[in-house]
Amino acid sequence: MSHIPVLIPTSLLLTALIALLAGLRSPKWGHRVAQTGVTVAFLFALAGLRAVLTGGEEIHYPMGNWLPPIGIEFVLDHLAAYMTSLITFVGVLVMFYAPRSLAFETPGKETFAYPAMVLLIAGLCGMCLTGDAFNLYVFLEIAALSAYALLATGDRGAPVATFRYLLFGAVGGGFYLIGIAYLYFSTGTLNMADLHARLPELVENRAVISAAAFMVIGLGIKMALFPMHFWLPDVYTNAPSAVAGLIAPVMTKVSAYAIVRLFLDVFPPGFFTEALPIASTIGWLSAGGILFGSIMAIAQTDYRRMLAYSSVGQISYVGLGIGLASPIGMIGGLLHIMNHALMKGCLFLVGGAIRYRTGNVRIPAMAGLGKSMPWTMAAFTIGALAMVGIPPTAGFFSKWYLLLGALEAGNWWWFAVIIASSLLTAVYFLRVLETVYREPAEGTTAAARAASTRLPEGEGEPPASMLAPILILAVSILVAGAMNVVIVNELLRRVVAPLAG
Amino acid sequence: MTGLLSNALLLAILSSAIAAIAIVFTGEKRRNLREGWTLLASFLKFGFIASMIPGVIAGERYEVTLWELSPGIELALRADPAGLLFAVSASFLWILTSFYAIGYMRGAKEKKQTRFFAMLAVCLSATVGIALSANLLTFVVFYEILSVATYPLVIHKGSEKAYRAGRQYLTYAITAGIALVAGTALVYQMAGTLDFQGGGFLTSEMAPTSTLILAFLLFFVGFGVKAGVMPLHSWLPNAMIAPTPVSALLHAVAVVKAGVFGFVRLGGFVFGPDLLREIGMAGVLAGLAGITILLASFIAMTKDDLKARLAYSTVGHLSYIVLGVALLAPTAMLGGAFHMVTHAAMKITLFFCAGALYVHMHYTKVSELDGIGRRMPITMGAFAIGVLGLVGIPGTGGFLSKFMIGVGAVEAGQGIFLALLLVSGLLNAGYLFPIVTRAFFRSSPEHTKYDEASWFMVGPIVLTALLSLMLGIWPDGIFNFFSIALEAMHSVVGGGSP
Repeated sequence: MSHIPVLIPTSLLLTALIALLAGLRSPKWGHRVAQTGVTVAFLFALAGLRAVLTGGEEIHYPMGNWLPPIGIEFVLDHLAAYMTSLITFVGVLVMFYAPRSLAFETPGKETFAYPAMVLLIAGLCGMCLTGDAFNLYVFLEIAALSAYALLATGDRGAPVATFRYLLFGAVGGGFYLIGIAYLYFSTGTLNMADLHARLPELVENRAVISAAAFMVIGLGIKMALFPMHFWLPDVYTNAPSAVAGLIAPVMTKVSAYAIVRLFLDVFPPGFFTEALPIASTIGWLSAGGILFGSIMAIAQTDYRRMLAYSSVGQISYVGLGIGLASPIGMIGGLLHIMNHALMKGCLFLVGGAIRYRTGNVRIPAMAGLGKSMPWTMAAFTIGALAMVGIPPTAGFFSKWYLLLGALEAGNWWWFAVIIASSLLTAVYFLRVLETVYREPAEGTTAAARAASTRLPEGEGEPPASMLAPILILAVSILVAGAMNVVIVNELLRRVVAPLAG
Repeated sequence: MTGLLSNALLLAILSSAIAAIAIVFTGEKRRNLREGWTLLASFLKFGFIASMIPGVIAGERYEVTLWELSPGIELALRADPAGLLFAVSASFLWILTSFYAIGYMRGAKEKKQTRFFAMLAVCLSATVGIALSANLLTFVVFYEILSVATYPLVIHKGSEKAYRAGRQYLTYAITAGIALVAGTALVYQMAGTLDFQGGGFLTSEMAPTSTLILAFLLFFVGFGVKAGVMPLHSWLPNAMIAPTPVSALLHAVAVVKAGVFGFVRLGGFVFGPDLLREIGMAGVLAGLAGITILLASFIAMTKDDLKARLAYSTVGHLSYIVLGVALLAPTAMLGGAFHMVTHAAMKITLFFCAGALYVHMHYTKVSELDGIGRRMPITMGAFAIGVLGLVGIPGTGGFLSKFMIGVGAVEAGQGIFLALLLVSGLLNAGYLFPIVTRAFFRSSPEHTKYDEASWFMVGPIVLTALLSLMLGIWPDGIFNFFSIALEAMHSVVGGGSP
């Protein structure tokens, strides 16, 4: 059991290597290896989840038995278990989905896509598991580099969009690195637990304060916190569907996770709220982001671009949870990490399925899909309703906790923002829903085909390997809604305990 | 026994939800089997609900708690008199609507019948869920499901007009739903609980008056939309584009009554009459209801489209019930609760008749109805009975409930509302009697011999007409409706005289 913290990232890193070698033989073998590796990592993550739930204690693992502060430590606690289970869950489903979709959208590039995807998942899991602030940076860059490679393979606009992302990502990573350097000079350690022990004496230290600012801004860029989001819409719009289905649900969330980690387990209690008003700044920016993202989403006619702007709004819910800096608010934010991952994963994969069958994802061309792809569209309906926050889907509950948090804090503005954003979300999703379930007007289907970048393959529902992950995600949205109290009580309450005390 | 009946509570909701799944999988090809599911579920559902009537009247409260929705707030069901009143009327009328809908949908050769019957079943599950919710959050869950599940029924026709009506409906319904969620969060923040409690669980010490008023206003939007209280009513007449069984069951009985029932829960079990008086919101609510009653009647007079006229009549009559709650007098509350049942019976009769006229004769306008009474005497006779009830002629159920609301108005010292009831009775006569007189006292060469719609439709029409008569003559005779209403009132005011 005690090896789990390290088994998850190492199994993935190893898989990436083997998948590349196997992929050189044929992409099919590359996929098989990648699929197996990610599934194994998912099982490890579940075992880890079980271990923290039954044991109730976090598992510390010093790498190579070099104890900190000399060695690097991996820590599997409630938050890490929550995040890694989520990341690998989405990863497994996307791996199932990927072959048909990649072969259709980016033929000939699969050999390198699978190892890159595995590497991405490894990086994200590593960020969540490491107990070392510098090591987190390393994993952050592993994830980022593999993401750049994957995203650049997309549509015509992808290389430029990805290059922009690369520039801003590098700035973000650099800011974080500067912050770590400051912390190291002030405290002499990079281990998170040690930092947490030493920082309380240094609350007034200028270097520590700037370190916090640098790190949060750096991670803010990575998480697309408004107004540092501008790299995101183009990137998501042009990405291959399977890649978007992996990156959109989890990648920005892991940066949000890193901020939460700094807030709760690295900097002393109250540092983000009193010494430097970081939390409330994030909160206000997020409030802006929620409105901005939702309004921009309404203006889009491309399904994926709409989802991309919606992501800007939705990640801001997590930011709002951080901003509330109270147990209930933070629970809402953290719960939204999972809920949004499931919803956006489902919706992006639906987009890929639509593209597979019709050649493009323009919203006006989606008329009549309710008839030709009933199951896919049923999943879309669940995802869309969850995004709006209709109970009893999962999307409702994170908003509910955030509403309670805003009320508890007496912050009427944020309360109003959450309400307003539900309405705005309803506008852009219900418009699509209506289109999907109505009869196509004369000639739209033909026009859609003419506008397609690639000729679609076949008709009706997508192949089972694509449909199954979509349906599993749709069902998991409902299950996550019904089980939300279990997740809150067993996992998230433990995570936010530092705030309560 | 209690345990067994608690299961009935759950089964009452599940039966139609399961039926919806069965309907989808049976499909259009085996439509007789598909309709079998609808009928089976409707009988079972009503049976489960009716089995709880004797116990509830005797003071028993069946409860079942499922799982937690949010820490400390469970998905919980409870059969109390107020909820049972709504559940019994909705589920009983679903049986009749099922038969009627089969006749209607086949007669009119409508498309997408599988979707229609499935969504209707989901709507019924949600409606009964609303009725039997034990706390506000459970209520919200079912309320939102109902909002969403109604949408496919509104756009059923698939015409541009239907989509426009559907969009308007959803805009209103989603806005209302979000207001409701916000209000619920606010109440939870103030009270720390959401469990319905006779007489209300909020008190003025919990929060400043302004916050309480804000919460009330959020709820007003949340419930007012479905209840069609002006100025939130305009979706309702447009939504009449839906097939007539939907208009009949949902837009006269289930969906709109869910909004009205929300006001009952709000006034009787969340804020409570005392607090509503204290924060001055009861007067506002009563005023708006009064204005709605009058204006809706005037607008109804101008409508030539039969369903539109009935829709505005519905808008007006829903506000009678809201008024019954807002007057804060026990008798008015009893009258309001009873009007939920009587109006349901009367209005469903009228809509059924309108549907029969459409399917059989393709008539949709009042001006087309000259002499139709000779051809379709049973339909129009039933229509006349419904009209008498809505106008409030003594001897009908409508009279009884209006009378009690009027007495309540006097009790509350607000005689003006008694006057308003009398005026509105006349206005009701003004826009409804002409339909009956046209049908029976004008002649037309087209209508010379007897020729009724299918018995699938006429049967339910006769039964609902009889029900609305019975409710006036022997209010407790059928399913103890009056006793349940009385118990519901007692559960709010704690045993005051009726």
